[in-house]
Amino acid sequence: MSTPPVASRSSGSPRVLSAASLLIIILASAVLWEGYKALGQAAGGVWPGTDLGLPIRTNDRAMPHLWDIWASLFAPARRGGEDILLVILLEAALYTWRSALIGFLIGSATGFAIAVTFVRSRLAERGLMPYVIASQTVPVLAIAPILVIWSGRLDLPSWVPVSVISAYLAFYPVAIAMLRGLRSPEPTASELMRSYAAGSKDLLTKLQIPAALPFVFPALRISATASIIGAIVGELPAGLSTGLGRAILGFASSFSSAPEKLFASVIVASLLGITFVGLVAVAERIVVPRGARIDPDLARVTGDPRAVVAA
Amino acid sequence: MSAISLSGVAKTFRTSGSSDVAALDDISLEVRSGEFVSLIGPSGCGKSTLLRVIADLLPPTTGTVLVNGASAHQARLARTYGMVFQAATLFEWRTVAANIELPLEIMGMPRAERRGRARDMLDLVGLADFAEHHPWQLSGGMQQRVAIARALSFRPAVLLMDEPFGALDEMTRERMQSELLRIWKETATTIVFVTHSIPEAVFLSSRVVVMSARPGRIADIVDVDLAQPRGVDTRADPAFFSLVTKVRESLRTIEVDP
Repeated sequence: MSTPPVASRSSGSPRVLSAASLLIIILASAVLWEGYKALGQAAGGVWPGTDLGLPIRTNDRAMPHLWDIWASLFAPARRGGEDILLVILLEAALYTWRSALIGFLIGSATGFAIAVTFVRSRLAERGLMPYVIASQTVPVLAIAPILVIWSGRLDLPSWVPVSVISAYLAFYPVAIAMLRGLRSPEPTASELMRSYAAGSKDLLTKLQIPAALPFVFPALRISATASIIGAIVGELPAGLSTGLGRAILGFASSFSSAPEKLFASVIVASLLGITFVGLVAVAERIVVPRGARIDPDLARVTGDPRAVVAA
Repeated sequence: MSAISLSGVAKTFRTSGSSDVAALDDISLEVRSGEFVSLIGPSGCGKSTLLRVIADLLPPTTGTVLVNGASAHQARLARTYGMVFQAATLFEWRTVAANIELPLEIMGMPRAERRGRARDMLDLVGLADFAEHHPWQLSGGMQQRVAIARALSFRPAVLLMDEPFGALDEMTRERMQSELLRIWKETATTIVFVTHSIPEAVFLSSRVVVMSARPGRIADIVDVDLAQPRGVDTRADPAFFSLVTKVRESLRTIEVDP
């Protein structure tokens, strides 16, 4: 058995490494942003030594200073208002996340159901798969107002169309990955199940679904971000008084006077997406056993201590 | 009484093109209860196909398969077959014990009884200390022993093995062969064993069925009358060598034939 210090170092170092690389990426982006801005202003908006214009203007309206964006988070959101921008944006993010979470759950369940249906019926797959794919080519921006109007007629709460659009974007990655995962067991695994005279329910619950889980979680992470995008887009025509969609719409209209507020909303929206993906990753750690997450053959080749026990 | 009775079994695979592929042709064979029969032949002789026809995983095109007097289909539904493939095919999300319990779970055996049976099986294959390990923590030979334990967990009358030791190194392979003979003796299971190794077939079997390719036919049946129990001494026995030569000659004649 491995000694504790070795084990803790081997599990700790990738985490330290990823935290360090995240910090480096953030710092590098900040340096790039401010460096480009400083360069542009020093050279008068052209590439130094030429008269070719820079692709993005570097004035404070097009590219506010990072510290101005940061400071705006802690300033009142509206002139004379009480609440600071950060609080308003966090409230908006929480509201949007609620719609996105509902959409994510409905979407994932739908994707799951579609995959199970398709794996059990080739006929259903052949007939319906084109529509599943086509669904993602429909511009969401166009159907969002339609859904908002319909649900208004039906007197549904205003978050309903938002969650539906969110689910519409979220179901697809899950459906595709789940289908692939359900089909992932080797033919001999299915032959084994047949030799036990296993019914289709046992085949699904004891072989296909467990085999599909490692495929589904990466898709759930994509669906998590897609559900937030869907919710923000869904909020745009919904006429809500809160939500990130509403905030982005509002700050976009006042972009010329206070551009840093729009940038701040974008940052909060991204943080919301990252947090959601992080939650899904935590769920994956709990649900998918460690052995299924790593490639056993790779582990044996690389001599991973978890993978090899002397014969 | 015959445990497995094949008469006039043929299997033709329909291909999308005009030519059908005849994998098996006119196979008739009686396997006695408790017998160890090996199927050997060049690749493409349909030995794995024949195993799947016996197991009711593939329907024969013509002919009948009877297992203990019932059809292969009824036999499968009655859980008569334990199967072991070249790849161990363990479910990596289950522990070793849970893998062995899988068929018992499907058959609805109560949990406590399942636990006990899995423990007995682990003792049988010498892996009692590895019950809570995951498959990826085991060597190839150990994984294959788990696969054998899983196949025998529900005490099937017939054990069907498709090149189970084909992926193992020579030393592990010989050890596994001796293990299998011991298990065979302890459980009195009827075994049909597909292999492409002549010494393996001779060492293990009471009869070696030599098959020819395209279409797969039975070319010869070699009775192996080496004394039981077989072990290290058997491999050095001149009788063992002469039987290996006999099977080799048989295989050579079919390769010369068109």
